Amino acid sequence: MSEFLQQLLNGLSLGAIYALIALGYTMVYGVLRFINFAHADVFMVGSFIGYYAGKLVPEGTLWGGFSVLLAAMLGCALLGMSIERLAYRPLRGSPTLNVLITAIGVSLLLEYSGQVFFGAAPRTFPPIFPSQNFQFGSLTLSSNQIAVIVVAALLMLALQFIVHRTKIGTAMRAVSLNPRAAQLVGINNDVVISFTFGLGSALAGAGGILYAMNYPSIDPLMGVMPGLKAFVAAILGGIGNIRGAALGGLLLGTVETFVSGSQWSTYKDAIAFGILIIILLFRPAGLLGKFTVEKV
Amino acid sequence: MKSLLRFSTLSTLAALSLAARAADSSPIKIGEYASLTGKEAGFGQTSHRGVVLAVEEINAKGGVLGRPLELVYEDNQTKPGESATVVKKLLSRDKVVALIGEVSSGRSLEAAPIAQAAKIPMIAPAATNPAVTQKGDYIFRVCFIDPFQGTVMAKFALNDLKARKVAIISSVSNAYSVGLAKFFRETFVPGGGTIALEQKYSEGDKDFRAQLTAVKAAGVEAVFVPGYYTESALIVRQARDLGLTMPFLGGDGWEDEQLLKIGGPALNGCYYSTHFSPENDDPAVARFVTAYKTRWKGEVPGAFSALGYDSVYVLADAIKRAGTTEGPKLRDALAATKNFPGASGVTTLDKDRNASKAATIIAIKGGKLSFHKTVAP
Repeated sequence: MSEFLQQLLNGLSLGAIYALIALGYTMVYGVLRFINFAHADVFMVGSFIGYYAGKLVPEGTLWGGFSVLLAAMLGCALLGMSIERLAYRPLRGSPTLNVLITAIGVSLLLEYSGQVFFGAAPRTFPPIFPSQNFQFGSLTLSSNQIAVIVVAALLMLALQFIVHRTKIGTAMRAVSLNPRAAQLVGINNDVVISFTFGLGSALAGAGGILYAMNYPSIDPLMGVMPGLKAFVAAILGGIGNIRGAALGGLLLGTVETFVSGSQWSTYKDAIAFGILIIILLFRPAGLLGKFTVEKV
Repeated sequence: MKSLLRFSTLSTLAALSLAARAADSSPIKIGEYASLTGKEAGFGQTSHRGVVLAVEEINAKGGVLGRPLELVYEDNQTKPGESATVVKKLLSRDKVVALIGEVSSGRSLEAAPIAQAAKIPMIAPAATNPAVTQKGDYIFRVCFIDPFQGTVMAKFALNDLKARKVAIISSVSNAYSVGLAKFFRETFVPGGGTIALEQKYSEGDKDFRAQLTAVKAAGVEAVFVPGYYTESALIVRQARDLGLTMPFLGGDGWEDEQLLKIGGPALNGCYYSTHFSPENDDPAVARFVTAYKTRWKGEVPGAFSALGYDSVYVLADAIKRAGTTEGPKLRDALAATKNFPGASGVTTLDKDRNASKAATIIAIKGGKLSFHKTVAP
């Protein structure tokens, strides 16, 4: 039983990170109807910002940790917005396929210029937050795991608030529903799209820090696998749906952890992706996605 | 007239012999492929520095057969498939006479068939999986092999740690890791121990909490982790987070300074087997350590530096004995290498082209590597 609870906890902390990245995929898809493949590399840049910012603040302090987290979120938000401005906005109105290929190009650009600027060898992420282990009976919780779950939960609540309770959030939902109609009622689509990219990238930056805190070896290609998993999580939950992305991330992380802990650990990714296929067979729009009939 | 003729004949002869010597003093090209960047850059960088040091030392003493050595090196970026590409380039475009590489068994296995087909001898500094030299009679290594390393660690767990129940966490996508886990099991189980649990992971994984939670539930006295340094350090670190306090054991894949950087204090009380310790008081080791520190700005050499260094010297010695750089003759000379002293011990190549050398066990204490003991073959 305690092994089960421990695995559940491990799975939730891994899933929380997937969820944070998945949110970025889903939000961009929501407003622009395309997959921003560069998102996983924004996540990587987030952890590198953390790596350099972490050297400026004392290690193992709460204020230091939070300022690093904030710096990474801000840096990534700026990066995400400039990617949108420079690479995607000029293609607005062209077929989605063009934007998709551009996204892959931006992703490769970030990965390989990362290898030039940061070096290809893995770096060790500094322990920015104070670290401690807590014991609950036979259950062991590390402060990093708690931080991941708490920070991810807070960020998701904040996102929920922004999207549903603020003016810009309402505008985002309007653009997502129908970009032309949104323009007709006086919404500046460019501002909303730029904001969406900033918000999604900030979450990816936070995800990058949380990931690097738990797995303190970072390199310019570190985004590829978590990015792919988060993409799957977003589809699993129903792409374009914010709650779906969070649910998909948690589900994927938990399943992966339970499979890793069993004797079938080798099949970890195969089972995780197998579940995706099965869910899509029965619910093509994902778990929480709404199935809409395309009118011709 | 006669004397003039004699003079011109003499001068022609002199010019001819000069020309012959000029042709003879062209550099001997040696190819090296290593993981200089990427996930296992630590392996490639340390072995490469040993190789460069040896080449420079040999050239300072006048080279081999009166010709200097020229090192042509390529980076395989730690990527699967890349070693084959760069080795093909070294063989076809640079026309190297011999190859040095690699530290990793998996990447050596990629390059070995290509070197074998081209009949160009290849010396792997630190590929310990037995399959590497079985690829053909042109493939050599200057290190011990995994059956020995696995036996050493299994006996160490049984006799020194008095552990009877252990778990193994190995990487399924790594030839070295799979082999080492197998050889550990083959000595540990007949020796009276039980393997309570075997967990697997894939190269590049970062989350091992699931496997470790299962290990925790199994209640073992030690854990054998035959992987490379990045994953192994993360495994030990996450194990301590989960409250596992038993010693973790590793092989020479742990050999890199990144191990301590990533693992930090979590690694205290762990042990691994390797090829070399700079703390060894053998005069050959001391001489190598001093030369290496002078050349590389105070950096302390690791096992792969010593093996890279020895690979070049073994090769230079074989070229000298063969008197030529032709593949088949150089191969025969390499195969006849006997009692050749080096920084990582004495190299004798057996009929399977493997070296049998003593293993060094390193203990990690107080965040530092310390020499624990050597185990003779």
